[in-house]
Amino acid sequence: MTDTPNTVAREVTIGEDFTLNFGPQHPAAHGVLRLVLEMEGEVIKRADPHIGLLHRGTEKLLETRSYVQGLPYFDRLDYVSMMCQEHVWCLAVEKLLNIEVPQRAQYIRVLFSELTRVLNHLLWLGCHGLDLGAMSMFLYCFKDRETIFDFYEAVSGARMHANYFRPGGVSRDLPEGLEARIAAFAAEMPKNIDMLEELLTNNRIWKQRTVGIGVVSPEEAYDWGMTGPMLRGSGIAWDLRKAQPYEVYDKMDFDIPVGKNGDSYDRYHVRVEEMRQSLRIINQCLEQMPKGPVKVQNFKISPPKRSEMKGSMEALIHHFKYFTEGFHVPEGEVYVAVEAPKGEMGVYLVSKGGPRPYRAKIRAPGFAHLQSLDHMTRGHMLADVVTIISTQDIVFGEVDR
Amino acid sequence: MEALFALVTAENALLIAKNLALILCITLPLLGAVAYLTLAERKVIGWMQLRVGPNRVGPYGLLQPIADAVKLIFKETIIPADASKVVFMIAPAMVMVPALIAWAVIPFGEGMVLADINLGVLYLLATSSLGVYGVLMSGWASNSKYPFLGAVRSAAQMVSYEVSMGLTLLSIILMSGSMNLSDIVMAQKGMWYMIPAFPMFVVFIISILAETNRAPFDLPEGEAELVAGFHAEYGSMPFALFFLGEYANMILMSAMTAVLFMGGWLPPVDMAPFTWVPGIVWFAAKIAFVLFIFLWVRATLPRYRYDQLMRLGWKVFLPFTLIWLVLTASAMHLLGKV
Repeated sequence: MTDTPNTVAREVTIGEDFTLNFGPQHPAAHGVLRLVLEMEGEVIKRADPHIGLLHRGTEKLLETRSYVQGLPYFDRLDYVSMMCQEHVWCLAVEKLLNIEVPQRAQYIRVLFSELTRVLNHLLWLGCHGLDLGAMSMFLYCFKDRETIFDFYEAVSGARMHANYFRPGGVSRDLPEGLEARIAAFAAEMPKNIDMLEELLTNNRIWKQRTVGIGVVSPEEAYDWGMTGPMLRGSGIAWDLRKAQPYEVYDKMDFDIPVGKNGDSYDRYHVRVEEMRQSLRIINQCLEQMPKGPVKVQNFKISPPKRSEMKGSMEALIHHFKYFTEGFHVPEGEVYVAVEAPKGEMGVYLVSKGGPRPYRAKIRAPGFAHLQSLDHMTRGHMLADVVTIISTQDIVFGEVDR
Repeated sequence: MEALFALVTAENALLIAKNLALILCITLPLLGAVAYLTLAERKVIGWMQLRVGPNRVGPYGLLQPIADAVKLIFKETIIPADASKVVFMIAPAMVMVPALIAWAVIPFGEGMVLADINLGVLYLLATSSLGVYGVLMSGWASNSKYPFLGAVRSAAQMVSYEVSMGLTLLSIILMSGSMNLSDIVMAQKGMWYMIPAFPMFVVFIISILAETNRAPFDLPEGEAELVAGFHAEYGSMPFALFFLGEYANMILMSAMTAVLFMGGWLPPVDMAPFTWVPGIVWFAAKIAFVLFIFLWVRATLPRYRYDQLMRLGWKVFLPFTLIWLVLTASAMHLLGKV
């Protein structure tokens, strides 16, 4: 081993250890992961992930913008589970503001958080399949993803970076007929998941590629700070939706799927089962959703109705203050976390009063997972590195922030 | 050289011209078939994946292969600075050429064969093994890590599967008592060999998937791991040659399957309506069927890992084919045919 593992032009000789630069432009790097692999033949001796290629300074940018203007940055953290990130920001701001969000808004947010979970896991399943060579999975999963994007579009006008949630509720109510469409989707989807599973679950090659690959014991999962499906795959039934229910999750009836062996195959099962559980929650949300306002009726925090603005001086002032200066948040510090599809997504928010946060620290699940990559890949083969990267469900938007 | 020219005399000039014409008659339709196989693959896999496949160039996308070829021809050939230039440029041809010359012994119909040699099976084995040199050379000459890994994998893979392929061929030779491909086809007049030797048929199909580096054994170019594997550094026409070589090899292997297991040009049943169809049509249909299996498998299965593939080849197929060979030999002896 040389001192500088990154030397590019080194003669490759059989039998000697050599260093392989995996990414940042690699089809299986899931974005911009640069991985320096020290290998002995095809066996990995050390994997050194390099991060920061997608660093956009989100946390710093948040400090210079009002709380509402900060929201779209959260869509772009983990850009495959958009609304779950918006959710954590809204919850953090609401906790500092100490306000209660209307019931309907809470149901809508839970509904869309769960749709987002299905969205994320579908993308994961498709990419996991593609990484392991089952390329049809990718297209089958994207077909169902399109339907969820249509729901995104219906509520927010955007198919990906929705910017739909707001501190104090959601930006607008569900359009007419959307609930029926979501119900139809939730009724249809379990069959589609069965079909997706049929291609993989009992497939010998799939099992050979995933069983026993990237095994994480429960203790190791704790030690590496894993959350979400990575933790549950190792058999620990920890889910923030159950452990510290936020919004209306305490009214929902759902199970936490857990794995047994902590390998990639178990995590595959956990995620597929989570999709089914999410659909259960979606159904319950649709059944229980009350009528009513979808944002707090304190118009210092949420914009007033446009019609009122035409007649009421006060409404006009509220509108002007909301969209120029933004609302003021009392002094305080708060840490709020949600169960994002990839794990615990948290925000540590410090306010010194005024319309802008003093500091916002984002806790991304992928960052904690990525640090265990070296541990998980050691002794595996090159093809397994691909399996492990995709079983971690890494997205660089949230790792690099 | 002079000895070569001395061969061209008045009486065999005609023969040489005739053979050249025959070679063209085989190669040109073959190249056309290769081009359209790429389109067929994209279409068939597209339909399997709920897509439509290419449909922009020409009616139903039928001119797509031509557009692809034009694009590749007009691209600049890039040779990496550290590459071994001569080997780098020879390698693609080394993949393409064996896939073409093997067709010399393939019988398209009764007597429709360029070289009706007695050791046709051996010739096929020899030429189809040559392809691995091109892959190895390209990986070595690129002087780059991903191609190198791809080449190493490819060499290991092709060698392992050649062994089980050879053994399946041996059992066919035992059953037919001949190494001449036309004789092998004629020996299947009563029953195609895929029926009595069905396990060998399955092993052979799997082996040709591995031999041609196709999914689920596409490790030498495994996109998710090695980006493009042995041809990662190639572009333009040299890349096109690799591409054509791969598809020509697929067609060749399908033809081999048709000849060895599915009765070549013979109709499925030796009865009136079937015998009206010319043999070459049956032959083409059988090739198309095996090619469809290639595409179907690619759209369905995940990729094997390198060590799992080797294990499958050496620990499963090799003992299995060996035992089957012994069984075939015993059966032939008991039937009094040997």
